[in-house]
Amino acid sequence: MGLYSSYYSFGLPTFLSVVIALYLLFTGSGEAFNVGQFLEETSPYAWASTGIGLCIGLSVLGAGWGIFITGASILGGGVRAPRIRTKNLISIIFCEVVAIYGVIIGIVYSSRIAPVADHLLYTRENYFTGFALFWGGLTVGACNLLCGISVGIAGSTAALADAADPDLFVKILIVEVFGSIMGLFGLIGASASFSL
Amino acid sequence: MEALLFNVSGGFLEGIVRGYKAGLLTQNQYNNLTQCETIEDFRTQLSATDYGNFLANEPLPISTSTISDKATQLLVDQFNYLRSNAVEPLSKFLEYMTYAYMIDNVILIITGTLHGRNTSELLQRCHPLGIFDTMPALCVATNVEELYHTVLVETPLAPYFRDAVSAADLDDLNIEIIRNTLYKAYLEDFDAFCQSLGGPTADVMHRILAFEADRRAINITINSFGTQLSKEQRAKLFPTIGRLFPEGNNTLARADEIDQVRQACEAVSEYRAFFDSGGRSHANGNGGANGNSESTANLLGDLDSELGAAADLEDRFFVHEVHLNKLAFLQQFQHAVFYSYIKLKEQEIRSVTWIAECIAQNARDRIHDFIPTF
Repeated sequence: MGLYSSYYSFGLPTFLSVVIALYLLFTGSGEAFNVGQFLEETSPYAWASTGIGLCIGLSVLGAGWGIFITGASILGGGVRAPRIRTKNLISIIFCEVVAIYGVIIGIVYSSRIAPVADHLLYTRENYFTGFALFWGGLTVGACNLLCGISVGIAGSTAALADAADPDLFVKILIVEVFGSIMGLFGLIGASASFSL
Repeated sequence: MEALLFNVSGGFLEGIVRGYKAGLLTQNQYNNLTQCETIEDFRTQLSATDYGNFLANEPLPISTSTISDKATQLLVDQFNYLRSNAVEPLSKFLEYMTYAYMIDNVILIITGTLHGRNTSELLQRCHPLGIFDTMPALCVATNVEELYHTVLVETPLAPYFRDAVSAADLDDLNIEIIRNTLYKAYLEDFDAFCQSLGGPTADVMHRILAFEADRRAINITINSFGTQLSKEQRAKLFPTIGRLFPEGNNTLARADEIDQVRQACEAVSEYRAFFDSGGRSHANGNGGANGNSESTANLLGDLDSELGAAADLEDRFFVHEVHLNKLAFLQQFQHAVFYSYIKLKEQEIRSVTWIAECIAQNARDRIHDFIPTF
């Protein structure tokens, strides 16, 4: 059963795309796959906006994911050991910070977008800004998504460890801090790309 | 990867069960309990622990069976709380856990009915975790075929009973065979279910269930010495998920005496220690009393030493089971903690009952023979 479902989920799309590609190629319209044209004709605004959207969206996804992983464990652990509830809010805050990183970068990036007249849109500088915002936003978003998940998992462990033995809280918190620093790397890297 | 999505369905209950686990008696509390002079003291000591004042409303001469019943009731309440909050796949997992008790209850009722016991008394003695609706109707069955067709079709045990129907009528030997056939089918099914969950649940549960399977195989072998059970029949009762499977199981199937059982277990280093009468593997550090009884047992003929060894073996099995169940708590985001907690709590109730029994009967020298959990 599992074998067949993975055949279908991976094999079918591959098969279809190969068929369509060959069809286009043999009917003389292979030029429809023109990556260069696509890159040139897409508006830099589209690239920039997609990048900012991905940046904020993925960051918030990561933060939310982390908070629910941590939150479920704090709720469960807090039933028998109510003292953990205030202390472990720090794990929630660590997750939340990840979303704030995404929002900050989103605001910084959106300040780079300015209205440009149509005939001046497709210039070298505008292409650069569009692509830089797209990939920068994607980098920050992916960084923050993974950072949020890792902080969430560490936070969940911290909550349960704290409930079992209060001495462990600080030790696991250090692990969690290192996890949350990874989100900062994304933030720094994305800001640095603009000093190029 | 299980860390990503486990908490969607199981995070809250995992936190709860770990909280329950933190309430298990510690070594210190066990020490305090063993210092008690009377059952009254014992109750006061227990009320300082997670048990609270569960014995507060009992009339004063508290029997040890009352303590055991009340403690079991606490465990059942906790289990029911977990079960009513659980969603798939945890609810299925918890349901699987109750099957073991159901099997025991079915066998208890059939045996009791055969010996002409009172139905209501039998129903009271059933383990509360294994209660199902059609249980009172079990008392009318006179052979396995009838039992299967009238009663068990409705219960989750029906698939396990299919193999046992071949045993034609109910007598004491057949009931034991049915019990072990059911248990074999149950263990294999539970293990297959845990494997389908994958991840750390599969790993940890396989370790625990494999030991359970081996323990049953060894016990069946030892108990079948000198009975009418043929070796082919015996081989059919061995679960096939243990670490002894397949070659250890084959050796066990051919064994005629306890030495051959020992040889079968040589291959697994953890099991070797069970039969090692020289070194004590008891964790409570009270080898003295047991060591003496063992050496006297050795002096008393062959049969007695075998019985003594079997009782001792049972204790070592329990110690190892507790050890495995404790290991389950080292991994997060998996279902095995639920199984392990219930098993540890059961062991704790056995230990508490043992201590109470020793206090009641004033058998101070054996009071340290319980198996501590944490």
